[in-house]
Amino acid sequence: MNDTLNGKKQNGVSIGVRRLIAYVVLVLIVFMCLIWFYILFINSTRSNAELTRGFTPLPSSYLFTNLDNLFHGSLPIWNGLFNSFFIAITSAALSTYFSTMTAYAIHVYDFKFKNAVFTFILMVMMIPSQVTALGFLQLVINMGMEDNFIPLIVPQIAAPITFFYMKQYMDSTLPISLVEAARIDGAGEFRTFNTIVLPLMKPAIAVQAIFTFVTSWNNYFIPSLILHDDKMKTLPILIAQLRSADWLKFDMGQVYVMIAFSIFPVILVYLVLSRHIIGGVTLGGVKG
Amino acid sequence: MKKSKIVQYNKWGYIFLIPFMVVYLLFQLIPLITTIWNSFFENYLSGLMQVGPNFVGFGNYADILSNPDLWLYAGNTVIMWILCFIPQLFFSLLLAAWFTDPSLRLKGQGFFKTVIYLPNLIMASAFAMLFYTLFSVSGPINSILMQIGLFKEPFDFLQNIWAARGLVGFMNFIMWFGNTTILLMAGMMGIDPSLFEAAQVDGANSTQIFFKVTLPLLKPIFIYVLITSLIGGLQMFDVPQVLTKSTGDPMRTTLTLIMYLNKHLYSKNYGMGGALSVLLFIITAILSLLVFRFSSGRKEA
Amino acid sequence: MKKAVRKMIALTLAAGMVLSMTGCGGSKSASSNGGKVFNIYCWNEEFKSRVTDHYPGYEEVDATTGKIGDVTVKWNITPNQGSAYQDNLDQHLLNQEKAAADDKIDLFLIEADYALKYINSDYALPVKDLGIKDDELANQYKYTKDIVTDSKGVLKGVSWQGCPGVMIYNRDIAKDVFGTDDPETVQAKVKDWDTYNQTAKEVAAKGHFMTSSFVDPYRVFSNNVSGPWVQDGKIVVDKNIEQWINYSKEWVDEKATNVYDLWDGDTWGKGFYPEGNVFCYFGPAWFIDFCMAADDEASIAHQGGWAACEGPQGFYWGGTWICGCKGTDNADLVADIMRKLTTDKDIMTEIVNADNDFVNNKPAMEALAADPDYQNTVLGGQNPLPMFCAGAEKIDLSNLSPYDQGCNEKLQEAMKNYLNGNGSLEESMDLFYKAVEEMYPEVTH
Repeated sequence: MNDTLNGKKQNGVSIGVRRLIAYVVLVLIVFMCLIWFYILFINSTRSNAELTRGFTPLPSSYLFTNLDNLFHGSLPIWNGLFNSFFIAITSAALSTYFSTMTAYAIHVYDFKFKNAVFTFILMVMMIPSQVTALGFLQLVINMGMEDNFIPLIVPQIAAPITFFYMKQYMDSTLPISLVEAARIDGAGEFRTFNTIVLPLMKPAIAVQAIFTFVTSWNNYFIPSLILHDDKMKTLPILIAQLRSADWLKFDMGQVYVMIAFSIFPVILVYLVLSRHIIGGVTLGGVKG
Repeated sequence: MKKSKIVQYNKWGYIFLIPFMVVYLLFQLIPLITTIWNSFFENYLSGLMQVGPNFVGFGNYADILSNPDLWLYAGNTVIMWILCFIPQLFFSLLLAAWFTDPSLRLKGQGFFKTVIYLPNLIMASAFAMLFYTLFSVSGPINSILMQIGLFKEPFDFLQNIWAARGLVGFMNFIMWFGNTTILLMAGMMGIDPSLFEAAQVDGANSTQIFFKVTLPLLKPIFIYVLITSLIGGLQMFDVPQVLTKSTGDPMRTTLTLIMYLNKHLYSKNYGMGGALSVLLFIITAILSLLVFRFSSGRKEA
Repeated sequence: MKKAVRKMIALTLAAGMVLSMTGCGGSKSASSNGGKVFNIYCWNEEFKSRVTDHYPGYEEVDATTGKIGDVTVKWNITPNQGSAYQDNLDQHLLNQEKAAADDKIDLFLIEADYALKYINSDYALPVKDLGIKDDELANQYKYTKDIVTDSKGVLKGVSWQGCPGVMIYNRDIAKDVFGTDDPETVQAKVKDWDTYNQTAKEVAAKGHFMTSSFVDPYRVFSNNVSGPWVQDGKIVVDKNIEQWINYSKEWVDEKATNVYDLWDGDTWGKGFYPEGNVFCYFGPAWFIDFCMAADDEASIAHQGGWAACEGPQGFYWGGTWICGCKGTDNADLVADIMRKLTTDKDIMTEIVNADNDFVNNKPAMEALAADPDYQNTVLGGQNPLPMFCAGAEKIDLSNLSPYDQGCNEKLQEAMKNYLNGNGSLEESMDLFYKAVEEMYPEVTH
């Protein structure tokens, strides 16, 4: 291995230079990615009056005042935190599990309408979600499921985009022979799926779990139409509520601190899962 | 005997499809059918007064298609998507290649990978709010540009067509390139390492390996990225909506198709909104079919 | 579907008739009572805190529920953003007929900009059907009743607030330009739009801005139009509005104002500080007390550097109205909340003292206006209440239309393009018409 690396040095640009370029670009990119969090942090340390006067690069001293106002305000933010977590985690779990299952059905089995179903799901994927929002809301109201998490979580079972990713991932990493081997060993289909296929799909599941979690966490449009009871609301709705507070109580410092408060848990979850991804990705190659 | 066993296995294909299909029929198909059905009616709320539904056939479609603005909005959407997708693809491929290149041995990869995905965690609307502040006439970007002498007077980014479109593209780029990098990397890591070793043994350098081995094998993930990005692009909404305060200024040159749709949804115009949705659906379907055709065509060649 | 709609209309009419028939019977039996759950629909915490603090007998259970006697009060708060509040309210109003008694809306709040949408519907109950007589409302300002009076002349809502506005000017700039900051002298300089326009040029010549944004004086023009925005289904641009456009162009060209968005802290709000160099803002009491950054030491407001005069024309800004909802099972409670919060002089004086609102009660406000001890620190000790009281009397809102919110918003947005040079006047007006027609499909031009 080392020999081939050394051999390559002669015809390509030297590794050192390439590495240097890579680091410079990466540092610039890191700056571009993190500066927003810095600005958010700065803004959440400033009072409303300071915020009205434009941006400054140095933090001010209102972080704890803002936090205090937020925690002792009338918005039930701890409920919001829990609701957001609950919906996002169950959505991510249901979405990845059942999408993998659906992809598995298309990938492994051969049945009459297989291609039709596949094409159908792809078509579904192309429908912008905003398009059916009003119809969806009517449906939810008719079923009496407002102020209920079910219409926010259960529809995630049919997540065409997650399905499509799983299917593509299976195409490149899951050989049918593996499933056949399991059958020869006498494993049932359902068990094969749960004990052999799912672990192999871990990297893909981790990736899609994060995507689903974040999408659900940041989702404002549909939840705002369905959740009206303050105790049932998710963080984005509470942020919007804070932002649309009348001018008598308007406090941008609190808005920023709340945005920061709502991003922080996502970052935590992400950090935990991201290690899982990176680890999983390395283990994920199909062996044998 | 053997055949019947396979058929028996294949029945599981249907069983595994049940959860998806049931949920889909209930929560997506019903609303979708309502939408399509609505598109043939004049049906909206004026205040709290319901107008219609009156059957108008393809009247709504005719109205939309005869309005030249639709093409402006479609153009805006595609332009802003390209402004986001080209740099996104470039940087994602570059980073994914670097991260997966064993010869580079980049240190702190975990950190870099973690960081590039972070912008995607911010709510698009909160992110747009930040940008709005930063690029405002008296925002920090302007004051920096004036301090270093690039501008004499503050420049109103959001009132200039290309600056505004560029900002939307740039924001989407920042938010999504980490996502794409992770996807591509997951794909690259999924490639059997023995293929790289074989190529190296054959004397290929890392550039050659990248173009001859990695890219072709990455095709399924690549198609996924392209299609989801295209669909995401056609659904572009939050960022320009917040950045331009839903106006699509200047002169609606940053108004996307979904922002336009949203204007009809605002007035509960089920008819026009439905028709526009169906048109959007057709456009997306055609684009996606083209991509599929193109990619499977190359496979045969 | 059509059938269902027709059926719903029939039911609605029937229910309306029953209601109005029993309405004549007497106040106590006006409509059904004795519901166990009282549902309130609103978009923020303001009304909740008014009820919590000032309605006798209200006990807070937690953030979204309360108790009045043995009735449970449920607060259904949906933020205004992206019209979510109206969407949600509409959806539930359309469902009101079918909803279980405990889920029916009892009381909902509206703002002036879209008030007529609800007032002209059957969903807002006539105030007199709730048993509240006209003479009980005699102390309220007339304009607060005009806004919520439907096309047949029936009053359907009440407000605890009055929001007459004044012109708030920078004393330093007044001294620089006119040599004095005396309100009467300044008023003479802005007594009508022609004089105001001359003054704007004078102010600009001295290197100041007359207003922070071209939108600042908009309300003053639009509150004084000679006809509603939409007449016979067509958009009509009033002379006063045209005048505003012409003036705006002049002012922007002469650098007497800027093309900023209202509420934008970095740009529009700069004028709250001396370096912003802005001569005047237009606003009501809440604007002076809460929006001019008085708590920031560097602001003009903190130093009492503002003063107020009436300005070229009277106008109002803001306000929230309470409506009883058709189908309520707690009509008496609705009526009582309306009475206590909008007609009870003691409670209303309490609101002024506790929350600094300008309340909708003439005797209460006039007493304070005549009070020599009442001083406004932002205005350098001036008492603006006499001006507000006089202003509130003069507001004439006979030309409201249900389309005002959309028309006002879309016009300002479109004119931004014109004033920034991104489109001609004609193109920008086209943009305005287009935007309004998207919002209100039944309107043309």
